[in-house]
Amino acid sequence: MADAAAHDGHDHKPYHGWVRWVYSTNHKDIGTLYLIFAIMAGIIGGALSVAIRMELQEPGIQIFSGLAQMVYGMNGDAAIDGGKSMYNAFATAHALIMIFFMVMPALIGGFANWMVPIMIGAPDMAFPRMNNISFWLLPPAFILLLTSMFMPSAPGAYGVGGGWTLYPPLSTSGQPGPAMDLAILSIHIAGASSILGAINFITTIFNMRAPGMTLHKMPLFAWSVLVTAFLLLLSLPVLAGGITMLLTDRNFGTTFFAPDGGGDPILFQHLFWFFGHPEVYILILPGFGIISHVISTFSKKPVFGYLGMAYAMVAIGAVGFIVWAHHMYTTGLSLDTQRYFVFATMVIAVPTGVKIFSWIATMWGGSISFKTPMLWALGFIFLFTIGGVTGVQLANAGLDRSLHDTYFVIAHFHYVLSLGAVFAIFAGWYYWFPKMTGYMYSPVIANTHFWVTFVGVNLIFFPQHFLGLAGMPRRTIDYPDAFAGWNYVSSIGSYISAVGVAIFLYGVFEAFQKKRIAGANPWGEGATTLEWQLPSPPPFHQWEQLPKIK
Amino acid sequence: MSACAQKCRTVSSAPFLRREKEYGLNLLETVGIPVPALFVILVGAAARNWETKRAMRNFLANAKFLASAGAAIAFFASTSAHADQPVNWETGFQAPATDMMRQIEWFGNYTFVYIVIITLLVLFLLAYCIVRFRASANPVPSKTSHNTLIEVIWTVGPVVVLLLIAIPSFQLLTAQYTPPEEAKLTVKATGNQWNWDYEYQTDNTLTFNSAILQDGDRAKAGKEDRKVYPRLLAVDNELVVPVNTMTRVLVTATDVIHSFAMPSFGIKIDAVPGRTNETWFKAEKEGLYYGQCSQLCGKDHAFMPIAIRVVSDAQFKTWLAAAKTDLPGANKTLMAEVDGQNKVAAAGN
Repeated sequence: MADAAAHDGHDHKPYHGWVRWVYSTNHKDIGTLYLIFAIMAGIIGGALSVAIRMELQEPGIQIFSGLAQMVYGMNGDAAIDGGKSMYNAFATAHALIMIFFMVMPALIGGFANWMVPIMIGAPDMAFPRMNNISFWLLPPAFILLLTSMFMPSAPGAYGVGGGWTLYPPLSTSGQPGPAMDLAILSIHIAGASSILGAINFITTIFNMRAPGMTLHKMPLFAWSVLVTAFLLLLSLPVLAGGITMLLTDRNFGTTFFAPDGGGDPILFQHLFWFFGHPEVYILILPGFGIISHVISTFSKKPVFGYLGMAYAMVAIGAVGFIVWAHHMYTTGLSLDTQRYFVFATMVIAVPTGVKIFSWIATMWGGSISFKTPMLWALGFIFLFTIGGVTGVQLANAGLDRSLHDTYFVIAHFHYVLSLGAVFAIFAGWYYWFPKMTGYMYSPVIANTHFWVTFVGVNLIFFPQHFLGLAGMPRRTIDYPDAFAGWNYVSSIGSYISAVGVAIFLYGVFEAFQKKRIAGANPWGEGATTLEWQLPSPPPFHQWEQLPKIK
Repeated sequence: MSACAQKCRTVSSAPFLRREKEYGLNLLETVGIPVPALFVILVGAAARNWETKRAMRNFLANAKFLASAGAAIAFFASTSAHADQPVNWETGFQAPATDMMRQIEWFGNYTFVYIVIITLLVLFLLAYCIVRFRASANPVPSKTSHNTLIEVIWTVGPVVVLLLIAIPSFQLLTAQYTPPEEAKLTVKATGNQWNWDYEYQTDNTLTFNSAILQDGDRAKAGKEDRKVYPRLLAVDNELVVPVNTMTRVLVTATDVIHSFAMPSFGIKIDAVPGRTNETWFKAEKEGLYYGQCSQLCGKDHAFMPIAIRVVSDAQFKTWLAAAKTDLPGANKTLMAEVDGQNKVAAAGN
């Protein structure tokens, strides 16, 4: 394998400057583009959430009327009304950006693009040109979404204020302006980008594994991306169909979701959540893969119960397709339908539990060093467990009656996504940063980033459980004074997390400035996957001689 | 059980606080940042700025007490907090006013016990691994990567736990869709952007609109007491229902989807244009109860509260007869009567 790395001589980069990036068909360059894109989108999406928390810091309307005045040039009552709509637009954009333009590009476009070909011993992705278009569809999609925030939606309002779930009639007759159309087209394009990416990963993983690397020897991150790619491929077309029907309802007089024309608003919710529920597993499964690698590396032990781990992900992915209506317990589903979805949803807890316990068993008997990626991974396991157990509570339709559409749900899904998926992203970032850049991050800055973020996000989201239990509905710009206390704590947490983001960005800057050479394998004997056998950063084309797997 | 709800929820902050400490102690040497101290400083800063800092201090005192006394004691501790509306620093459900909400609260507490145990188990195992298998304590890692028995155990174990949760869960769900008796009163609630229409389906139909109480109208409506008629929750015309009476609510909407929710009754059902959903409640205590629209419905989603006034059967009959001709007058008469009762009750204490 050492010779593969020695073939650096053939490593002539075809283009220089901006042409290299715009025309790139190289999986590592495209992965880097995805990561930069995700960081930029994450900063915008994060800024939106800080604005939301600033507004909710105290009862009453604080900042959004002023923002509406500044941005839209409204005055007086119009500014207050504009501000209320703007709040909804911020909440909607925060969700769409974080899901479609931050977590998915970071995990799938970024880390998977970078590492899956290397890990399975392939020189590149199966369809390098398609890889290029997958990425370059994202910036126009993102621009469409950002533009939509400045377009009229409802009378006196700008930006899509229907929530990321886009439920009609609020997204059809409720907001006749062009903002919603732009957002729908944005999701169409982002969805097409993801479908192309999914096809690429499935083909690559099935056809381009090195000799001897059977599916059952493939690293768990590659497994997680394979399952994720199937979820994308099967769920996104349903979303595309649903939002196309929204588009024709809005513009061409169809009435798929309009009861006065024989349609049904609930039909959209079924279509949306048939995509939406697999989507949340799309966001977390690659994270599962990363966490397995990090735990194994820093415990200096192979992953415990490898096959169980791989097939737990397959099971989560499969069952994830038949639980969608647990998002719809209060829409008037029949008793039997609710019974089924309660049952199916609870089943998912079993493979998820297998994963949690297997990670702990991987650490058991290990020789654990607490480098930064390991801190994020340990944080992930505990916080994901909290999000998981509140998910088990929410799965029960009888209890969800009280918790549905309250801040309890917000707390739950941010524990699994903001504290789960995002912690996994940072675990992966610090784990592979030396590999991707060749430079070592500063452990002091990186650990500070972890602790500040850990305190911040828990302070944001833990009190939201209390707010939800007390009955505070989600997606409101103002709340009864009785909810003031915990909202204040939550907002403080948001500012601390924002400081965490600043520390993260400074850490990246500092690493590139100081240029501490990381070496091929900074993590030692625990790092056994193929990427650690290449130099850091890896050559432009790797595995020109295919590695042989025993 | 209901009395302990407040405290039971407080417990959940205890593992969180403890975890900071355990992490801090075990990782301090590797990380070098005093996390527990940081946490205390931050919460302290929040308390200083917040006007109800006494409540915060009480909560912190509670949290400290609970952390040291353990979860068991919390179940027997009780607070006097009873309200028909949310209260500040609340950590659990609002006080139930129907048997259904009591069942929901019981089930919430029941599952809460399981999830606390599971979370503490994971926390304990993580902490044990961190201490026992840190590189300095265990320099040579084992090579174990399989153990069929333990893998079977941690697959079957969760299945058993889920079964224990599922049985009462299905009972609760079934109970919600199996009203114990025929409805004696049917009210239709229609959501509009951004108010509710209520229609009493009685012999002589009564229909009126219920919208958020504007500050300017408080004096005229005699609703100046913000404790009884809180900002964002008080409405101009409450839905009035008799106590201990099976009430059916038909819910629909005219424009976009809304959701009819009443936390202390344990009901929440979407108001969907083109379909009529149904729910029911049987309020056990007279009083004024508040909920809010619970489905994003546009600009003023935060400003379409639901208020239900539960009164005695006689009061309801009088109100209903009078409301058909003069709704504001009937409401005023009812309020005067109810407030008088409350004052007498307070004096009796």
